[in-house]
Amino acid sequence: MGKATVIPFGPQHPVLPEPLHLDLVVEDEVVVEAIPQIGFIHRGLEKLVETRDYNQFIYVAERICGICAFGHSMGYAQTVEELMGVEIPPRAEYLRTIWHELSRVHSHILWLGLAADAFGFESLFMHCWRLRERVLNIFEKTTGGRVIFSVVCVGGVVRDIDAAQFREIIGTLEGIKSDYAKICNAFLKDTSVRNRTDGVGYISLEDARALSMVGPFGRASGLPYDVRSLGMGAYGKLSDFQPITSTAGDCYGRMEVRAKEVLQSIDIIEELIAGIPAGDIAVPVKGSPAAGAEASMVLEQPRGECYYYARGNGSKYLERMRIRTPTSINIAGMTTALAGCDLADVNMIILTIDPCISCTER
Amino acid sequence: MGYASKSPWVIHYDGSSCNGCDIEVLATLCPGFDAERFGVINTGNPKHADIFLVTGSVNEQNIGVVQEIYNQMVEPKVVVACGICACTAGIFHDCYNVIGGVDKAIPVDVYAPGCAIRPEAIIDAVVQAVGILDEKSKALEAAKKGA
Repeated sequence: MGKATVIPFGPQHPVLPEPLHLDLVVEDEVVVEAIPQIGFIHRGLEKLVETRDYNQFIYVAERICGICAFGHSMGYAQTVEELMGVEIPPRAEYLRTIWHELSRVHSHILWLGLAADAFGFESLFMHCWRLRERVLNIFEKTTGGRVIFSVVCVGGVVRDIDAAQFREIIGTLEGIKSDYAKICNAFLKDTSVRNRTDGVGYISLEDARALSMVGPFGRASGLPYDVRSLGMGAYGKLSDFQPITSTAGDCYGRMEVRAKEVLQSIDIIEELIAGIPAGDIAVPVKGSPAAGAEASMVLEQPRGECYYYARGNGSKYLERMRIRTPTSINIAGMTTALAGCDLADVNMIILTIDPCISCTER
Repeated sequence: MGYASKSPWVIHYDGSSCNGCDIEVLATLCPGFDAERFGVINTGNPKHADIFLVTGSVNEQNIGVVQEIYNQMVEPKVVVACGICACTAGIFHDCYNVIGGVDKAIPVDVYAPGCAIRPEAIIDAVVQAVGILDEKSKALEAAKKGA
C-alpha cells in the first residue's frame, strides 16, 4: 500500500449540481475513508417559523428543496393540520397524492439523467431530461409552475384538476411509458452501463439496517421500508402497494429500484385518477395551534422517509418546526459505501444515494 | 447586440439555492430549451468558462467558494445572478445564515429574477451576457493597444 493522500472533492464539482465537500483519504487509487463536510447551503429556514405565520410558512417549506418542493409543502401542511385537528376533504388528499407521485416521477427521471452524466453517458442524460420536460408540462398546466407549485394550503389545495386535464395527464403518462421503456433498457441492460455499476458501492442488508438507510438507497439493499406502505392518506385507498426492493445492494440495484418506481408511481397516479371522489378541495382553517401542542408526520419523499415535527405556542406562529430529511440519514450510508471503492467510482456512488443537499442543510 | 463572436462556455455554482434554479439551469442546457443553440456549453472548470451562472444567495461558508471560482475565471468574464435568491436573497433574506445576494461577494453583470427562474429567463440572461462579454473583450483589446 502506498502513502495515504487526501484528495478534496467538491464543493464545486462537475458531477454535483449542489455543493458537497468530501475529503477522500486515498491509498494508491483506493478510497480508505471519506469525510463529508456540509453547510454550504445552510440558510437556517427552520427559524423563519418565528417570523412567518403558519399559513405563510408553507411557501418557505416549499423552498426547502426545488426537487422535492411539492413533498415538503404537503408534509408541512399535513403536520400543521394534525397539530390543529383539521380534516381535509378526500378530494384534496387525492390531488396532493397525485401531484406528489408526479413529483416522484420527475425526480427519479432527473436522477437517472444525472446518474448517466456521472458515468459519462451524456446522450442518455439528455434523453432523460427531454422526457422529464413532459412531466414538467403537466405541472405547468395544472399548477402554473414548473418547479415551485404553491398549490398546497393548510386545509387542502388551492387548485382543482378537472376531468379534461386528468384525461390529458393519463395521455401524457401513457406516452411517456414507451419512451421510458427504451431509456430503461439502456440503463438496465447496456453492457457499458453495467460495467460501471455492477458491484460498485455494495452495502449489505445488515449494514443498511444498522445505518438506518431510507428510501430507494435502503430498498436497493433489500430493506423493504417505504412510508407509502403504511397507507396514510390516499395511499390507503390503493388496491395494492408493495415496496420495490432489490437484493443487489450496489449502484446497479439502486438504479433498478428507481427505474421501477417510476412505473409504479405512474400506476398509482392512474389508479388514483380513476377513483378520485368529487367534492371540495379545501376546508377553511381558523384559529391557531394550541400552546404546547405537538404533531409529527412522516412522508415518503422521492429520496426516502422525511420526518416533520411542529409545536405550537398559542399564537399564529409556530414555536418550533423540525424537518429530518432522507439525505441527512443516508450520508452515513454513503461514506460507508465509499470506503474501499476505486477513486473513479466515487462520482457514481455519491450520485446513487441521490443526494439532496438543499434538503439536508435547509 | 448584433451577433456573438464567441461561443460562451458557462460554469454553474449553487450558492445556497433550494435546487430549483439549479435544475432549471441544467434543464435550459438540455434538449427541452436547448441553450446550446447559442454555443453555450456547461463546463465544470472555471478556467474554461466565460459566463458564471450563480444560483442562490451567499453565506459565510460559501462566500469564499464563490469568490474563488470567480477569481479563477480568466478575463473577460460575465456573472449572471440566476433567480431571486442570487439577486437579493429573496424569501430567505432574513435568515440568520444568509448574507444577501451574490453581488455581496462578486460583481454581477446580469440579474435574472424568478422563483424558480424560468428557463426562458435564463436564455434571455445568457444572451444578454454574451453581448456584455463581447463589449468587455473589445474593451480589453482596446486597453492592450493603448498600453
